[in-house]
Amino acid sequence: MGVPPEMLMTRFSLRRFWAVLIKEFVQMRRDRLTFAMMVGVPVMQLLLFGYAINADPKALPTAVLSAESSAFTRSFLAAVENSGYFRLVREATSEADAAALLARGDVQFVITVPSDFSRRLVRGERPPLLVEADATDPAATSNAIAALSHLAGTALARDLGGSLRHLQPGEPPFEVRIHRRYNPEGNTQYNIVPGLIGTILTMTMVIMTSLAMTRERERGTMENLLAMPVLPVEVMLGKIIPFIVVGYIQVTVIMLAARYLFGVPMVGSLFVLSVVLVAFIAANLSIGFTFSTVAANQLQAMQMSFFFFLPSILLSGFMFPYRGMPDWAQALGEILPLTHFLRIVRGILLKGNGWAEVWPELWPLLAFMLGAMLLAMLRYRRTLD
Amino acid sequence: MNPDLVIDVSGLSKSFGGRPVVRDVAIQVRRGEICGFLGPNGSGKTTTIRMLCGLLTPDAGEGTCLGYDIRREAPLIKREVGYMTQKFSLYEDLSIRENLDFVARMYAVPNRDGEVDRTLEQLGLVGRQHQLAGALSGGWKQRLALAACILHKPRLLLLDEPTAGVDPKARREFWDQIHRLAADGLTVLVSTHYMDEAERCHAIAYIAYGRLLVRGTVDSVLQDSNIATWLVKAPDPAALARQLEGRPGIDMVVAFGTVLHVSGLDPEALDRAIGPWRDDPQLQWSPAEPSLEDVFIALMSRTRDELQ
Ligand SMILES: Nc1ncnc2c1ncn2[C@@H]1O[C@H](COP(=O)(O)OP(=O)(O)OP(=O)(O)O)[C@@H](O)[C@H]1O
Ligand SMILES: [Mg+2]
Repeated sequence: MGVPPEMLMTRFSLRRFWAVLIKEFVQMRRDRLTFAMMVGVPVMQLLLFGYAINADPKALPTAVLSAESSAFTRSFLAAVENSGYFRLVREATSEADAAALLARGDVQFVITVPSDFSRRLVRGERPPLLVEADATDPAATSNAIAALSHLAGTALARDLGGSLRHLQPGEPPFEVRIHRRYNPEGNTQYNIVPGLIGTILTMTMVIMTSLAMTRERERGTMENLLAMPVLPVEVMLGKIIPFIVVGYIQVTVIMLAARYLFGVPMVGSLFVLSVVLVAFIAANLSIGFTFSTVAANQLQAMQMSFFFFLPSILLSGFMFPYRGMPDWAQALGEILPLTHFLRIVRGILLKGNGWAEVWPELWPLLAFMLGAMLLAMLRYRRTLD
Repeated sequence: MNPDLVIDVSGLSKSFGGRPVVRDVAIQVRRGEICGFLGPNGSGKTTTIRMLCGLLTPDAGEGTCLGYDIRREAPLIKREVGYMTQKFSLYEDLSIRENLDFVARMYAVPNRDGEVDRTLEQLGLVGRQHQLAGALSGGWKQRLALAACILHKPRLLLLDEPTAGVDPKARREFWDQIHRLAADGLTVLVSTHYMDEAERCHAIAYIAYGRLLVRGTVDSVLQDSNIATWLVKAPDPAALARQLEGRPGIDMVVAFGTVLHVSGLDPEALDRAIGPWRDDPQLQWSPAEPSLEDVFIALMSRTRDELQ
């Protein structure tokens, strides 16, 4: 008998994989609208998200709860206003009043000057000034807070002449204690533009591949495809790989914009990033492909994609700080590729992380990808039953 | 196992959602034979063909296709079968040539460019090779579909209504083509609703309500059916038809202009049934050669009565 018949068919054929790949590329090229969307969506999202978040709000309403009125406090408050970020609108009458102002959103900040501030300042005890910020929208407060911390060193420079000179150099003469209220972890804009790489890829990649098999089914071409001697894995890879290329185009667009429109720093290695990107894109493509083997039609496929997309943006740390989430949500988040990718991309771009730091986040991504592919292969039906 | 039988299956059954669609069907087709597969809409032709090439798993029944077991060796069958689906199922957003290139790669056709050129030539598609398949008219789509399923030189063609909606001239060319291929040793199972096409087949199989009712050559089917047909010319054929229809012994009444074809599967019963009208001077009775169509319709109506 020679080779058993089953063996002949179970071997992966590069040629058949290549046939599917070429077909997909040609079809993609023909489908202008989809192609335009794939490049257009990231640009649009980036501009919308990026500029909304990048806005650097000034003159934020601020209340002061001051237990004393001294030259020092006056100078400090003047410097606060001069920074441009703060507008002193109210004198709070009590702590409760201040808390209410903040809770209602009447003011964004409350600056509390303790009663013995001047005395302790002169004694060199570095008294604390408490600044409470409504950080529900971290982007709105982060720059102001940054400016505030800086003020501690310079605001009182003139007042601390003469005998108080010894308080000046080195450490600031008093301490600004910042409490970000309602949102413990203030994301900055730099955090978000790299994060957009991940969200945009998740959205477009999952949707595109989730349509891959359902489209064949709806157009009636599935019957022909199934009648051909092609293995599921050849179809899957042939349909997935063109989108890796698309994903790279999207990333390039976003990175260029991140660099030149938003000035996001890129400290780490772009090579490491590009390797990680393949894994991340492939993970999303394989979950999309899995959806397409389950969904009966394109509408269902879209719904499944959104079902996946929502937790991805909500639980990955893109929208809300990861550490602020309850344990169960964190556990869910750990499963999602976007969670790990966000840590990796922020780590690489902002902190300059290398392989050693990236690996602990990379393997869960790879595991997810393999799991999704396995599921897709199990779900792939080779007959019309 | 008879090595001469390219298709040899028996007991094939399939139901969808508990509704039997194909029941206990047996088909044998010899090498180089063109076998016509006939039957009314929804009788289970497409379902049977899909089971033959591994696209559907039969609920019961077994057999071989090209010597391979239809249950266990579907992947091997797929390599050597050209299956033309009833509904056009190539890629409408690819050109004719791109579609053929895709198919050729899938089957690992050696000398791909040459083979694609040759097939385009063979089916007169050269001039249109760069047109998108979606922009072709129905007849040209059929041609492309045929090209796609003979490109890899299969040993068996399964054609599901390949000429539906194709004009008479193109239909004739299509059949000339199929006869040439069969002459080269290719075996063909082709479903159709056209009687003239059935008459061009070496053998036919007729299926209704999921059951295979007859099979054999056209002549043997006509003979075995034992059907008798009378022609009757009447001044008011519609009224006469109403009177005759449904009488025991009369299986079918069909009007052709002012002439009615009255057929029955039992000639004596038929004679008894029409007796009361035989002597009516306004009617002219004459015996006729039954046609395939008469046989099928009569068979179908009897099967329907039996099932009820
Ligand atoms: N996938 C399916 N699910 C449920 N029912 C099906 C399916 N495929 C076919 N059927 C039913 O099985 C019956 C036989 O269908 P089939 O397509 O085999 O008929 P056919 O002889 O090819 O008819 P036609 O001449 O109209 O093409 C029909 O009643 C059809 O509705
Ligand atoms: Mg059919």
